[in-house]
Amino acid sequence: MIPYLLEALQCLLTLSLAPGLIGLVRLLKARLQGRRGPPAWQPYRDLAKLLDKERVVSTQASWIFHATPHLVFASTLVVSLLVPLVAAPLPFDRAGDLIVVVYLLLLGTFFLALAGLDTASPFGGMGASREMTIAALAEPTIALAIFGMGAGAGSTNLGEIVARTLAHPEATLSPGHLMAFAALFIVMLAECGRLPVDNPATHLELTMIHEAMILEYSGPSLALLEWAAHMKFFLFLSLLSNLVCPWGVAVELSPRSLALAVLALAGKLVVLAVAVTVLETRLAKLRLFRVPELLGVSFILALLAITSSFLVR
Amino acid sequence: MNLDMTLREHGATGLTMQGNVIRCALPRAGVKSLARLLLSRFALDLELMLANDRRPRRGGFEVVWLWADRSRNEFLEITAAVPDHDPTYPSIATLSYPASRYEREIRDLFGLRAEGHPDPRPLVRHGFWPETYHPLRKDSAPPGDFPDQGQPFPFQQVEGKGIFEIPVGPVHAGIIEPGHFRFSVDGETIINMKTRLYFTHKGTEKLLEGRRPAEGVELAERISGDTSLGHALAYCQAIESLAGVQPPPRAAFLRVVLLELERLYNHVADFGAIAGDTGFAVAQAHALRIREGLLRLNKRLTGHRLLRGVLVPGGLSRDLPADGALAREVEAALADFEEVVAACQANSMLLDRLRGAGRLTRPTAADHGVLGYVARASGIDRDARRDHPFAAYGQLKFRVPVLESGDVEARALIRVAEVRESASLIRQAVEGMPAGPVGATPGPLPAFASAFGLVEGWRGAILHWIMAGESGGLHRVKVKDPSFVNWRPLTFALLKNIVPDFPLCNKSFNLSYSGNDL
Repeated sequence: MIPYLLEALQCLLTLSLAPGLIGLVRLLKARLQGRRGPPAWQPYRDLAKLLDKERVVSTQASWIFHATPHLVFASTLVVSLLVPLVAAPLPFDRAGDLIVVVYLLLLGTFFLALAGLDTASPFGGMGASREMTIAALAEPTIALAIFGMGAGAGSTNLGEIVARTLAHPEATLSPGHLMAFAALFIVMLAECGRLPVDNPATHLELTMIHEAMILEYSGPSLALLEWAAHMKFFLFLSLLSNLVCPWGVAVELSPRSLALAVLALAGKLVVLAVAVTVLETRLAKLRLFRVPELLGVSFILALLAITSSFLVR
Repeated sequence: MNLDMTLREHGATGLTMQGNVIRCALPRAGVKSLARLLLSRFALDLELMLANDRRPRRGGFEVVWLWADRSRNEFLEITAAVPDHDPTYPSIATLSYPASRYEREIRDLFGLRAEGHPDPRPLVRHGFWPETYHPLRKDSAPPGDFPDQGQPFPFQQVEGKGIFEIPVGPVHAGIIEPGHFRFSVDGETIINMKTRLYFTHKGTEKLLEGRRPAEGVELAERISGDTSLGHALAYCQAIESLAGVQPPPRAAFLRVVLLELERLYNHVADFGAIAGDTGFAVAQAHALRIREGLLRLNKRLTGHRLLRGVLVPGGLSRDLPADGALAREVEAALADFEEVVAACQANSMLLDRLRGAGRLTRPTAADHGVLGYVARASGIDRDARRDHPFAAYGQLKFRVPVLESGDVEARALIRVAEVRESASLIRQAVEGMPAGPVGATPGPLPAFASAFGLVEGWRGAILHWIMAGESGGLHRVKVKDPSFVNWRPLTFALLKNIVPDFPLCNKSFNLSYSGNDL
C-alpha cells in the first residue's frame, strides 16, 4: 500500500507544483527586467480560467486534434511516476526505465506535431516541422546523457542511478557527471521551449515553435496542454537536480524523510529556476538555423560524458 | 545643360520661380522624355506625384510631378493638364519605381490611366471597392455598401517542388495595424513575399478638402499616430508657404525641439522592440520605460503625450517652457538609453541575429527611392533637415549618420546615432532659443496656387502638397508618408532570409500602415 501512496504523492507534487514553478520563473524574469510582473500563482489562475472557458475547434479537425491534449497530459503525468522526485528507488522502477521516460516524452511531442498539422493552419505546420527538427536532435542527447550518469550505476533505471549516486557521492564530481549535467541542461532548454531555442513569451507567430503548434487550441484543451508543458519543465528540472545532487531524496519511506525530501526538492528547484531565469534574461534567441549547432554541442558533451565515465573510473 | 532650356524644349509654359521652387505647365506628351532627362542628366529625385480634379474650372484634371535637387535645395513642379474626355497621361513607371506606385494610386483614386504602365493591378483600391469608384473625384458619391465580391487578390504565385505559401494576417497576435503578408517559402527560406496593405483607408485627403486651413491640423495629426507632430508640421509648413507667412524665430526653434522629441521616443521604442524581437526582453523593458519617461516629458511640455494640439499654421498655439531643465531631462534619458544600447552590443547572440539579417542593398534602396533611416542604413545620404532646411535646422549643427551594410543591425544603429543627434539638437535649440512671439497670422490663401511642406519626420521625409480653393478652403491636399515608398523594398530585404527572422526585419523597417493608406 505504502509504495502506491508514494507514487500518488509524486503525481500530486507534479500536478500541484508545476504551475507554481513556471510562475516563479516568470516572476523572477519580470523582476530582473525591472518589471513588477504577475504573482507566482498566476499560472494557477490561468489554468482555472481556461478550464472554465468554451472550446473552439476547427471544423477541419480530426480525432487527433481532440485526443492530443489528453494524450500529452497523460503521458507527462506517467513520467512523474518514473522519475525519482522524492524517493529512490521507486516502486514503479520495474515498470519502466529512462528509455521509457524518453519515449513517453517523445510520444507527447509526436502527437503535438500531428495536432499542429491537423487543422492545416500554416503556423501549426511551421511549428510542427521546427519541433520535429529539435526533437530529433534532443531526444538522443537526453538518453545519452543519462546513460553517461548511469554507466557507473550499471543500470538505466533512474531510481537506481540516484540511489547509487547517494551511496557514492564522489561520483557527482567526476568530469563525466558534470558534462552529462551540462548536456542535459541544454536539452532541457530546447525540450521545454525556453530561450535561446524558443521564446515562451513571444507574440510573434512566425518565430514560434511550441506555441505555434498549440495556437489552434482553446479552453480546457489549451489548459491541459499548458499544464502538461508546465509539468514537463518541472520534471526536467527535478530530474536534473536529483541526478546531479541527489541529497535529500528519501531512501527509506518514513514520513520524516519524505517531508525532508519534498523540502529538499523545492529548494533545489528554486535554485535551478533562478539559474534558468538568469540565463534567459542574459540570452537572446538563437537564429533558428543555429539551434542544431547548440544541440550538436550538447550531444558531443553527452558523448564525452559517457566515454569519460568508462575511461575515468 | 540648362534646366530652363530643357523645359522650354519640351514645351513648358508659364515658367515661374518662387523661392527655390520652379513651376511650369507642360503638355502631357512631353512628360516622359523630360522625365528621362531629369532623372539621368539632372539627377533629380521624384518626390511626389499627384492628381488634382480641376474639372469645375478647367474642364479637366491635372497631374503634378514634384522633383527635387537635393544637392542644390531646389524643387521643380511640373503640371500637365489631362482632359476629362481622354483621362490618360504617359507613364514614367519604367523610369522610376516610385512613379509606378503613384500612378497606380492616381488610377485608383481618380480614374486617370497612365499609358504604358506595366502593372495593371490596383494599389490603393480595396478588393471590395467597385471598379468605377474613384473617391477623390469631386463628383464621386459614396457608393453604398461594399459587398464581398469573393475575388481573389492577385498575389504572385511561386510554384515548384517543396514550395509552400504561408499567409499571415491581416489580423496579428500583437497590437499592430492590419496587413497581410504572403510568403512563398522553400523550407524556412523566404523566396518571395508579397504584402497586401490598404486595409486602413480613412479618406484623409477627401476629408481635408473644403476645410479651413487651421482645421486641417487635427486631421494631419491623425494620419499616423506615431508621427503626429511630423505630419502636422509638414501640413503647417505647406499652409505657411502658400500664405507667404514666416513663423517667428522662437516658433522655428520650438518646432525643432518638438520634432526631435518625437524622433527620440520613437527611436528609443524601436531599438528596444528590435532587441525584444530577438528575445532579449530586458532591453525592451528598459527601452519602454525610457519611452514612457519621454512621453510624460511631452505631456508636461505640451499637454499631450503625442505632441498633439501645439502646432498651428503660422507657428505654435502657445509658448512652451523649453528651457535648460528640458535639455537636462533629455540628456538623462539619453544616458539611460546608452546603457541599454551597451547591454545589447555586449550580447553576441543578439548581434548575431541582427548582423546580415534583412539586407537591403544600396542599388535596390536607390531604385525604390527609400527614405529615412532605411535609406541611411543602406548608404544613401539623405536627410531633409540638411538637404532642404526647415524650421531652425539651418542654424543648428548636426551630423547625418550613414551606414553601408543595409542590414537590421545598421537600421538599429542608425537609430542610436540619430537619438544622440536629437539630444544634441534639443540642447542647441534650447540654448539658442530666441525670445519673442510664437505665432504669426497667415493671411488668406491665394486660390488655386500650390505649395508644399517637407519635413524629415522620425521615419523619413514627409511631404504635404496643398492647393486652396476659391473660398479660402482647401481644394486638394496630397500627403506622402515615407512608408509609401519604403514598404516595397522590405520584400527585397527579406529574400533568402528565414521565416522566423521576418518579424525582426519588419520591425527594423517599422513602417506605418495608416500613413501608407490615407
